[in-house]
Amino acid sequence: MTANEDRTPRPGLVLEVDRSTPPILFHHGEGFRLESLPAGRSRVLYPAEPLNPLDDPDGAIRDALHNPLNDDPLPSKLFAGMQLTIVFDDISLPLPPMRRPDIRQRIIEQVLDLAAAAGVDDVHIVAALALHRRMTEDELRHAVGDRVYDAFAPSGLLYNMDAENPDEMVLLGETSEGEEVQMLKRAAESDLIVYVNINMVSMNGGWKSTATGLSGYTGIRHHHNVDTLAKSDLMDHTNSEFHNRNWRQGDVIRAAGVKIFQIETTINNNVFGEQGPMSVLQKREWEWTARDRASFIGMQKGLQLMTPKARRKIFHSHQSPYGMTSVQAGEVEAVHESAVDNMLKQQLVQIEGQADILTMGLPYLSPYNVNSVLNPILVMCLGLGYFFNMYRNKPLVRKDGVIIMSHPTPIEFHPVHHPSYIDFFEQVLPDTTDGHKIAHKYEKQFAEDEWYRHLYRTSYAYHGVHPLYMWYWGSKAIDHTARIIIVGGDVKAVKRMGFTPASTLNDALEIASDVVGPQPTITHFHNPPTVMAEVL
Amino acid sequence: MPEPLIDRRKVQQYARGVVRTSRKLRMPQRSFPYAAPPVPSTVEPPPDQSKIGGNYDADWARRPSARVARTAIVETMLRPSVAMVAKPERDGYDRLHALDEDVPVLFVANHHSHLDTSLLLTSIPHPWRHKLVVAAASEVFFDNRIKATLSALAIGAFPLDRSKTGRTAADQAADMLDEGNSLLIFPEGGRSPDGWGQPFKGGAAYLAIRCDVPIVPIYLHGTGRVWRKGQRLPKPSRTSVLFGDPIWAEEGENTRRLSARIEAAVSTLGDELATDWWQARQRFHADGPPTLEGPEGASWRRAWALGDRSRRDRRKPTWPR
Repeated sequence: MTANEDRTPRPGLVLEVDRSTPPILFHHGEGFRLESLPAGRSRVLYPAEPLNPLDDPDGAIRDALHNPLNDDPLPSKLFAGMQLTIVFDDISLPLPPMRRPDIRQRIIEQVLDLAAAAGVDDVHIVAALALHRRMTEDELRHAVGDRVYDAFAPSGLLYNMDAENPDEMVLLGETSEGEEVQMLKRAAESDLIVYVNINMVSMNGGWKSTATGLSGYTGIRHHHNVDTLAKSDLMDHTNSEFHNRNWRQGDVIRAAGVKIFQIETTINNNVFGEQGPMSVLQKREWEWTARDRASFIGMQKGLQLMTPKARRKIFHSHQSPYGMTSVQAGEVEAVHESAVDNMLKQQLVQIEGQADILTMGLPYLSPYNVNSVLNPILVMCLGLGYFFNMYRNKPLVRKDGVIIMSHPTPIEFHPVHHPSYIDFFEQVLPDTTDGHKIAHKYEKQFAEDEWYRHLYRTSYAYHGVHPLYMWYWGSKAIDHTARIIIVGGDVKAVKRMGFTPASTLNDALEIASDVVGPQPTITHFHNPPTVMAEVL
Repeated sequence: MPEPLIDRRKVQQYARGVVRTSRKLRMPQRSFPYAAPPVPSTVEPPPDQSKIGGNYDADWARRPSARVARTAIVETMLRPSVAMVAKPERDGYDRLHALDEDVPVLFVANHHSHLDTSLLLTSIPHPWRHKLVVAAASEVFFDNRIKATLSALAIGAFPLDRSKTGRTAADQAADMLDEGNSLLIFPEGGRSPDGWGQPFKGGAAYLAIRCDVPIVPIYLHGTGRVWRKGQRLPKPSRTSVLFGDPIWAEEGENTRRLSARIEAAVSTLGDELATDWWQARQRFHADGPPTLEGPEGASWRRAWALGDRSRRDRRKPTWPR
């Protein structure tokens, strides 16, 4: 039992910064900064403490499979001679990767157990990559466990999907709005798809799992575009054009007779653990004990002495001791509603009103650089595409406000994982940073480039169009704000992206005052662990 | 005229040398995370079982033997030190004649420097000085056992936990007054970060109403120049202490209104020090009480406006040596 289980976890908090507020932790890539925010006009949005995990996760999974929402129990859907495809979320979830056993392993083992009991022989297990990079053997083993991997991978029954193989993909039809619906053929032709999700943010899950996760460029381009994202509150599927389009595609999937048994799970906020040197990162600063402070100082000093490569290795080796807080299975929409409710119990924090300036410290990790490099495009996407969008109702920063992000933003790319990112940074961004112009002029070229296609299919590269999508992902924040400032970032990289560099937070606030006046209100988004704002 | 035993100029030269040398030494930073973090006043502080900080028991420092020891420390160590670095000019004692010497008094001053407490301990007159207790920030003066003991003994401090909102700290301070002690309190809640004052909190007014004691407003000038917030060692300079007329809570007066009166009294004393009593009174009646808080705007504008606010700072030109 962890220490936290002895008491009720405290909910999230909006701290009004006063003169007795200690400096606030800002993640800064593979390092940290402690920043003092102006008293009297700054607020800090803190995440809730980790909820207590389920006492018996295996029992809860078993219960969910036998008592699904709006659907028949899984055993009744399994029969001898059927085609069963088990699909699972790829390396982008959860962040950081969770300690073994991964939730996907727990669920897949139970589903396979039931399938074996029903006499099902034809089982494929597929990593739902969409346009993400292929997972390595180690990563697959980590997600599904050695037992499952050793039983299925050697015979080719556990694999990464290939959205660029025309023989493996199928068009299911079009929505009422003319959006094509594409899907992995094996999944579409199966008698049952069991989709295993780990929902990290409320954008995950629902019809997005199959409509996006099992699709390729043909289907995904209908919602991964600037116009759609501009009309979407990404973390609120009830107010998101992005989700509307996925849901419409879901209707086509359902109408095509594809049977889906959806499993969605939620995890708690235990990102850095309650013991060990990293635990200080999920404590509120005024509660840092002498030991926490010593750990933090030691960590800072140690990181400063290391090479960037060593730092990255250490950070990426961290695995979070996440606990599962809920599991629900059954019909897609009912499952998703329940999962979102459970997730918001952990993540949602109410805050009154928007601020003139939103500050955020960006960590070393985004969904697209697990075991990789957070290149400048991904820095932009993490801050503007993810952190900015972690709200319901309205953004944390007002229209024409300022976003200040803290990250070193080095011009560094993983040549295997992100080859098209390099060309995007070197060729596209010097020409234009406007999302519409990029889409018009470059999207087709990047999406259909044969070399990128080859690398996506045979190496471990993200799809050629992926950097453009990352740029679109942040385009709403760019349109919403008057200025974006990166503190401590590589000046060339920051300027290339059309943002403003600043050496310190004070400099950034000074620069921001040109736009928002001399005494602006400030909200600091203290993430990770994950927090989602309900802005009243 | 007898020859002085100590060459004052040489002492000053030596003190300046010590200050310069110590500035060159790279002392480790003692701010967070090297020091314990303060707790924001708007949050519930974490449970604390330690015997230092806000939990320190300073009762022993109010026993007669401790008071005698404190008097000795103040007179033999504190007073010469203050005289050397602060060169205080004290004024306004005549305004305290009306006070009953047996009644505890709440002394309220603006706050620029750690020197303020020492300066006031050597300025507040008899008989209140010997029964004076000082509310001191627990995270600053009581964060380790040695500092806590010295603070309690030398300046009669008791820990005031600024992170706790009101009740506990107020009960503690009220008990002190009820026991017959006079209390020194800085209602700004902390030292000025930039030379300008900060809004007064309502604690002093609340105590005055609750315990039915008079408040003596005091304006301190120049201590920020001697030892401002963030400065490692003091730099000798001139200071002024001006006592104001005692204030009593009026019938039915609420905390907010009394607090505003106290703040106005202190700021008017500041104006009096910057100009003279008459101009200060004229301005008070014409424009209302001046503010301690300075103009709004960028930090450099506030620093600019701070300027030379006291006629007493306008030193006579000295012939170049």
